[in-house]
Amino acid sequence: MSLEHSASQREAGGNATRQPASRRETGRRPVTRRHRRDAHAPWWQHLLALLVVIVFLAPFAWLAIASITPAGALLDRPLRWWPKTLDLSRWSAIATGGAATPAGGFRQAMINSTIVALGTVALSLTVAVLGGYALSRLRFRGHRMVLLGFLSTYMMPPIAIVIPLYLILVQFGLLDSKIGLILVYSSFITPFVLWTLTGFFDTLPRELDEAATVDGAGRLRILVQVLLPLCRPGIFSAVLFASLLCWDEFLYALIFTSSSSSKTIPVAVAEFSGKFSTDFGLVSAGGLLAALPPVIVALIFQRHIAAGLAAGAVKG
Amino acid sequence: MTVGSSAVSTTPPGRRHRRRNGRAALLFLAPAGLVVFGLVAWPIIRTGWLSFHRVISPLPTVPTESVGLRNFSTALTDPALISAAGRTLYFTLVSTAAELTFGIALGVLMAQRLRFRWLLRAAVLLPWALPTVVNAAMWRYMLNADYGPVNALLTQVGLIDGYRSWLGTPLSALHMIIIADVWKNTSIAAFFVLAGLTVIPRDLIEAAEVDGAGTIRRFFAITLPLLRPVIAVVLVLRTIEAFKVFDIVFVMTRGGPADGTQTVALYAYITAFSNQSFGYGSAVALLIVLVVLVLAMIYIRLLTSSSGPEDR
Repeated sequence: MSLEHSASQREAGGNATRQPASRRETGRRPVTRRHRRDAHAPWWQHLLALLVVIVFLAPFAWLAIASITPAGALLDRPLRWWPKTLDLSRWSAIATGGAATPAGGFRQAMINSTIVALGTVALSLTVAVLGGYALSRLRFRGHRMVLLGFLSTYMMPPIAIVIPLYLILVQFGLLDSKIGLILVYSSFITPFVLWTLTGFFDTLPRELDEAATVDGAGRLRILVQVLLPLCRPGIFSAVLFASLLCWDEFLYALIFTSSSSSKTIPVAVAEFSGKFSTDFGLVSAGGLLAALPPVIVALIFQRHIAAGLAAGAVKG
Repeated sequence: MTVGSSAVSTTPPGRRHRRRNGRAALLFLAPAGLVVFGLVAWPIIRTGWLSFHRVISPLPTVPTESVGLRNFSTALTDPALISAAGRTLYFTLVSTAAELTFGIALGVLMAQRLRFRWLLRAAVLLPWALPTVVNAAMWRYMLNADYGPVNALLTQVGLIDGYRSWLGTPLSALHMIIIADVWKNTSIAAFFVLAGLTVIPRDLIEAAEVDGAGTIRRFFAITLPLLRPVIAVVLVLRTIEAFKVFDIVFVMTRGGPADGTQTVALYAYITAFSNQSFGYGSAVALLIVLVVLVLAMIYIRLLTSSSGPEDR
């Protein structure tokens, strides 16, 4: 099968409804040029795909193995690829260790990251729903300028504003606090959610608003009771994507947090991989732990992620 | 319900609402505007102001002294910044080119009728979902000079004679960072390409097939040109990201050895937060913004002119 022959898989999916029907009628494969599409790709493409899967999965697999290999065995030469004895101590230390220990610190950092992500998304979603409604439904002077203004703030490199933000946080006593980090994260999550939601609102027909207006509903009610329920899938993927962005953020967290009560998981992983660089098992366990939530979310919600991908990729 | 203000209508006619809703828009946009103004616009103004100053004692009152353009003139002749800029440029070009090339190949591969295609897609999704810092920490361990599994594997299969210090010399370390970055970010390029492939009309490809064009010919004559908008978007996106690179370098090498992997963003960070030179750090940061701004403008133009990869 040619490289690009089945490139338009999803489009082919649209025709697929016709195809099985005709097959059922004739009882055999249709003898059109379409039949080639049923064939699988040649062996070398499968081989290539297998290679890609191995290249992408092997490091994860090794992290998993290393996280249950005794620390001494990880220093062996030649390195054994499967441990003689299993060592689950790191995972139990992560689950039960005190917040001051490195392992317990990972757990605490996971909690901090979760709180910061939830807080940021809650704050950003609230203000962005209102703003997105205005940008999609209301006509006012400078509409385009406002829209582009929000988009450009979204693309502002963190390094450009990190110094004043630091000084502001110090001034308000919010340095090294989860609240401070939530506020700072809202600076890039809000424009992202706003931009995405405006796009989703735009896809809803204006007749909905008009009908509701005739029924006597005010703007806020139209927004909350008519529009929001209709773009729930859009909001869902925006929320997922925004959470992933928060989870991944490093520069702000590195500069603005230092104690275990506010440090996020990327900071904990970065610090640990720098400081205690000989317990590779614990580095591996911590890394896996940090990767687990986003990886699970990405795998389960592949389709939703795809929707947010185009917009979300802008951020770094 | 407020009826719009009396502002002069400048928008094109033919849209349903003729009234303007200036006041309502202001109310609805105020919360988001406050967040974005307070946390992005105001800070960027402050960065601009700081870049013309020297911060005498940083905290808490931030007394400063005006230095005019001296921060900028220093920056433009600062050997450390110039070599960091060259390095960042090299990183940007090589990693973006590699990610785009592999991304196109991988995207096309993912579109094929493969058995277990779900497995391929899931595997490609993994590096994308992996937090950048975890990716960096992982590669730092993988490439460890004394205990790293990369050394172990390559020695055991006989590709190298003994363990090597992959992150031990500047040039080698820079290339290892590029490999780690490409390993993670090829995925996003591949997903963009995959999305772009789904909107290429099949008739075109089938027509070419009927005309007797071979696989390779079809790829270069039809698929690649039609992917151009997607490729352009990926190119600009990855270029912006790569130019701002910080996390992966910070975790893998901290800019070492001997500042040999320091990038501009890392240099700005160290200047401001390790050396506490907030004024000079602001000037360096602004120069980075200038470059990113140009790239971003190209991106916005691409986004608003061509429709890009519209997933639905």
